[in-house]
Amino acid sequence: MKYTQEHEWLRAEGDIIVVGITEHATTQLGDIVFVELPETGTTVAKDDEVVVIESVKAASDIMAPIDGEIVEVNEALGDNPSLVNEDALGAGWFFKIKPSDPSQLDGYMDEAAYNSLIS
Amino acid sequence: MSELLHTALYDLHVELGAKMVPFAGYAMPVQYPMGVMQEHLHTRAKAGLFDVSHMGQVIVQGDSYDAAALALETLIPVDILGLGSDRQRYGFFTNDAGGMMDDLMLANRGDHVFVVVNAACKAADIAHMQANLTGVTVTEITDRALLALQGPAAETVLAALDPKAAEMRFMDVATLTLAGVECWVSRSGYTGEDGYEISAPAANATALAKQLLAHEDVAPIGLGARDSLRLEGGLCLYGHDIDTQTTPTTAALNWAIQKVRRTGGDRAGGFPGADTILAELAGGATTKRVGLLPQGRAPMREGIALFADETGATPIGTITSGGFGPTVGGPVAMGYLPTDLASNGTTVYGELRGKRLPLTVAPMPFTPANFKR
Repeated sequence: MKYTQEHEWLRAEGDIIVVGITEHATTQLGDIVFVELPETGTTVAKDDEVVVIESVKAASDIMAPIDGEIVEVNEALGDNPSLVNEDALGAGWFFKIKPSDPSQLDGYMDEAAYNSLIS
Repeated sequence: MSELLHTALYDLHVELGAKMVPFAGYAMPVQYPMGVMQEHLHTRAKAGLFDVSHMGQVIVQGDSYDAAALALETLIPVDILGLGSDRQRYGFFTNDAGGMMDDLMLANRGDHVFVVVNAACKAADIAHMQANLTGVTVTEITDRALLALQGPAAETVLAALDPKAAEMRFMDVATLTLAGVECWVSRSGYTGEDGYEISAPAANATALAKQLLAHEDVAPIGLGARDSLRLEGGLCLYGHDIDTQTTPTTAALNWAIQKVRRTGGDRAGGFPGADTILAELAGGATTKRVGLLPQGRAPMREGIALFADETGATPIGTITSGGFGPTVGGPVAMGYLPTDLASNGTTVYGELRGKRLPLTVAPMPFTPANFKR
């Protein structure tokens, strides 16, 4: 598992990367009430805004951590956005992306580095 | 936060794990560990305790209640003289253009009018009264806290401290003895639920709050849930849904102006902006505050421009409050629209992140009011 400065997690499933946000992020955001996901098949560039999450407090953008193609999105969040609060690292995932340049992952933090960032 | 003012309950908020934020010059709890969503739902299901001590408590006293009431009627287009003893009423200060300078609660407490005003406006409100009222004294009460106990369990909880609480009806006021001290209590609030607002001596406020919180049905509730509760209740937030640019009629607050102050009434007019306000009461206004239900799941918040259709270039209105309604289970909003597009069921479009998303004009409150009338 890799982590970004923006509190996203990235988990490899074969050659696909699953992306979500950390429990620390969900705690900061509060109760999530809406998630707007990208369309499957969209080609995105690193730092593109690909997901909008709305908590009871405010809207936040989630950026694509790497270049690639969105190959699947978590449709369950449409009806049940609170999955992000309940299971941020599991059922609350946002999208799966097929990297066009896997070396972009190298710059991200491991769990120990991320834990020291948020501690 | 060292420059922020603290209410009498500040230490208790911190002890309860509140997240404190600046609000109208005060450090106030926006939420407790329960979180905004659960705090909101708890208030509607059981009872929530709110610290609203940042609001202004003011006594307006003349030779008699009637003298104080008549003086205030020169600034407020509401029947204050006719307010029964131990009764409370909603009102607002108006300006010469017919706009609203603040909204407030007025209570007939026998020999004086007890006024509760918004925190952000209280200094201006008090100066306004002191400058313009003759023959009365205007005294800000700074040694009392203000608590709100709201929700269906509020009556049971408060009546355990003083049984007289149960005898009060919606908008009654009374002096109760709670936790051994004299409290000025009204059966009202700003959540759309039954409940009470309690003015208690600041020195005793923490003890009273702890006694109320000791009841298993009572949880502390922050400003975050207070906002979503009042929004679902269709209640205006001053500075957002109403301000100096909105008139009572555009704000859909005609109900607050009794017949005696309208054209043809015994005390018609005689308040700032009367020409505009009375004309709009009789003939209507060109814009109107309405409830809005986004048709999708995305919350649509304050400031979002509204359009008549999916392509029109010119906005026709604006959302003034919006967010997720936990009891509704979806997004809710209110805003201003041209009166001819303000009928319930009309579809308008809000521009969110570059997309036009439909909203339906809908009646308020969005959740049924549970007042004990």
